[in-house]
Amino acid sequence: MELVFSNFDLYLSACRLTIGLFLVSAVGSLVLGTLLAAMRVGPIAFMSKAATVYITVVRNTPLLIIFVFVIIGLPKLGILFRSVEELGISSFFFRACLALTLYTSTFVAEAIRSGINAVPLGQAEAARAIGLTFGGTMTQVVLPQAFRATVPPMASVFIALLKNTSVAYAFGILEATARMKYFTNISGNDLPIFLIFAAGYVVLVEIVSFGANRLERRWSVAR
Amino acid sequence: MRLIRTKAAVAGLGVALSLAACGDAGDDSSAGVDVEVADNAAEEFDDGTRMKELADSGDVIIGVKFDQPGIGFKGATDDMPVGFDPELGKVLAASLGIEPEDITWTETISDNREPFLQSGEVDLVLASYSITDERRAVVGQAGPYYVTGQQLLVASDSDIDSLDDVKGTEVCSVTGSTSLENIEAEGATPRGFDTYSECVDQVLSGAVDAMTTDGAILLGYAAEHPDELKVVVEPFSEERYGVGYSLDHPEMCQWIVDTLTAAEDDGTWEDAFAATLGASGVETPEPPAMDECPAA
Amino acid sequence: MSQTSVLFDVAGPRTRARYRIYTVISLVVILGLAALLVLRMAARGQFAYDLWEPFLTPDYIRALLVDGLLTTLRMAFFSVILAVVFGTIFGVGKLSDHASVRWVCWSVVEFFRAVPVLMLMIFLYFGYGAGPGGLDAFWCVVIALTLYNGSVLAEVFRAGILAVPRGQSEAAYAIGLRKTQVMTQILLPQAVKIMLPAIISQCVVALKDTSLGYAITAPGLTFVGKQIYTDFQNQLQTVIVVAALYVSVNLVLTWIATWVQRKFVGEKKILEVSMVAETDAGAGLAPGGR
Repeated sequence: MELVFSNFDLYLSACRLTIGLFLVSAVGSLVLGTLLAAMRVGPIAFMSKAATVYITVVRNTPLLIIFVFVIIGLPKLGILFRSVEELGISSFFFRACLALTLYTSTFVAEAIRSGINAVPLGQAEAARAIGLTFGGTMTQVVLPQAFRATVPPMASVFIALLKNTSVAYAFGILEATARMKYFTNISGNDLPIFLIFAAGYVVLVEIVSFGANRLERRWSVAR
Repeated sequence: MRLIRTKAAVAGLGVALSLAACGDAGDDSSAGVDVEVADNAAEEFDDGTRMKELADSGDVIIGVKFDQPGIGFKGATDDMPVGFDPELGKVLAASLGIEPEDITWTETISDNREPFLQSGEVDLVLASYSITDERRAVVGQAGPYYVTGQQLLVASDSDIDSLDDVKGTEVCSVTGSTSLENIEAEGATPRGFDTYSECVDQVLSGAVDAMTTDGAILLGYAAEHPDELKVVVEPFSEERYGVGYSLDHPEMCQWIVDTLTAAEDDGTWEDAFAATLGASGVETPEPPAMDECPAA
Repeated sequence: MSQTSVLFDVAGPRTRARYRIYTVISLVVILGLAALLVLRMAARGQFAYDLWEPFLTPDYIRALLVDGLLTTLRMAFFSVILAVVFGTIFGVGKLSDHASVRWVCWSVVEFFRAVPVLMLMIFLYFGYGAGPGGLDAFWCVVIALTLYNGSVLAEVFRAGILAVPRGQSEAAYAIGLRKTQVMTQILLPQAVKIMLPAIISQCVVALKDTSLGYAITAPGLTFVGKQIYTDFQNQLQTVIVVAALYVSVNLVLTWIATWVQRKFVGEKKILEVSMVAETDAGAGLAPGGR
């Protein structure tokens, strides 16, 4: 255990990477996920089918395979995303976030869709009855109510994302799990090291969970 | 609609199945050294030694790598691993009177070599196992049977020539390995992957600037892609590969040293190297002199 | 999707024309991207026969399907069964009247839900995998998956039991059944029907997570895939084939789940599932789960 504390800066930089991966991928998957949900719910049949195919394929593939595809498969096609290095972002970090975003966005899309479906039908009917257009119905009536219903599944999606960042350890990112392997290699006593890193994850997960609970309570309405 | 889809699925399956017999991938070569299995090996050993026990029992468990081509590699359809380490393992087993087919091969990755030896899960470890004082405190290591050092593998048109050039570049190695730690200390950004083959792939596709590990392993890969890769930089650490054995049976050390020295003397060592690491055209080096065994 | 037809009017001629334009644009974009990908692959020689050959060779197919897929399915199967047991015990424990039992169960469940499965596997294998009577990689994966999925299922079980109409337990107490009898004879059987879809979706999660076992040299589909691409340098092709296998198996599983849901839960589906989903933010059920 002293090993970790004496190298606390290494531990912190690993945690920073984990949080960095999480935040960037969270934003990315929110954007992509909303886009996918909109495609699915929208009126254009082809886009709806394309989105459904994408969501079905990616949801049922293990995250690991997606990582292998992005970090090992795409370079074979010459797709390296080197250009982001001009913005000061490591291309490995970018590609790891890309893999996480591609995967998590499908779950976000499903969470949003389930949120929209949770809004009582009468709401949309009433909105149409008073003459609101599709855009107006969505933005003023359906989506605000949908957000409330989306919070629980969305929270669990983000908690899963936080834990999924650990898969990046085998693909060049020295985040928390990779650091844990580094420490357990040097020391003989694995249990305290594991507990420290586990505690780190538990803290982060509880923060997200707590935040979600607060949001849910703020938006709750007596039913 | 459902009926049409089901028919389509069945048709697709039929096509796939009929194609399934077409391919013929996988090499059938089982290159390796011929080992002369000693007759009555058990009588060669004194009673009470581990070697006698193993010779009597007729099987031995050897831990090797399964994912390092040239050193120890077992493909998806292979029954036995191939590589320099398994070849020497066969030599050792032969001196116990055990046929290569009767050896039980276990995969030992970098982290479980000591635990497996200590628990008796394996009898011997030949897995690019570098001899270090820390390891010698917990397990026995006889050898070295091969000496190499950490080097760099870069693209043929790379500018990296010396150790100073790695500062600020991205260098790949296996997560948690000493090579990765060493290169991090030199100022490079470490990129840890799971296997060396993946690192080679990253260098080939240009995703990292270099990869680092023992020169022996790098030479094998460089020889597979002579126009695209090259090994640079003088070895900046010394790695001496040894045979791992449990400290519960210190008598094994002398037996290992004797058997392998004999293999070095009669050319078996060179044959094993030429058939595995040397197959890609690398020159066969001089076999190293082995350390004295610790006094029993 | 009756909701969507409520959201927009039946399309008039101008809207239809607009939709047609959008369809054409999106068709061009998406098919264009796909074509680009295929062209890139061809340009880089990724369609070369020798890169695809392993997947047409009987030996390798057998290795993929038997050593790989079958082992993966076995791991998932064991994990799910053990996870159901674990989940039942801890789910019921969280509903216990004794505060100490409740707290212990709660902390155990929270801990294993928050720790990444990969870390759990690595710790189990390197900590306990190589000792005397050590666990081999297969069982390390099974145990790690059991602990994680069991914790998720504990939440599901708790929510499911709470979702059984209160009148049931009140009536049971009224006719004189004791606590344990109420649980085992009245509540659990009805709760199981509600929870079945969630249990099966955790099966899919467990199946996908077995792929993480490659990090501790556990056998399975991903492991065999790695062996193949290390040997043949055909990463892209292997990924495509392995992904296709995973997707097919998971689709079959999901189809079974839908069938089970329709057969056993029937029209009560919507009420039950949404109630269960709202009970706990982290339940990880079908829409939001991994």
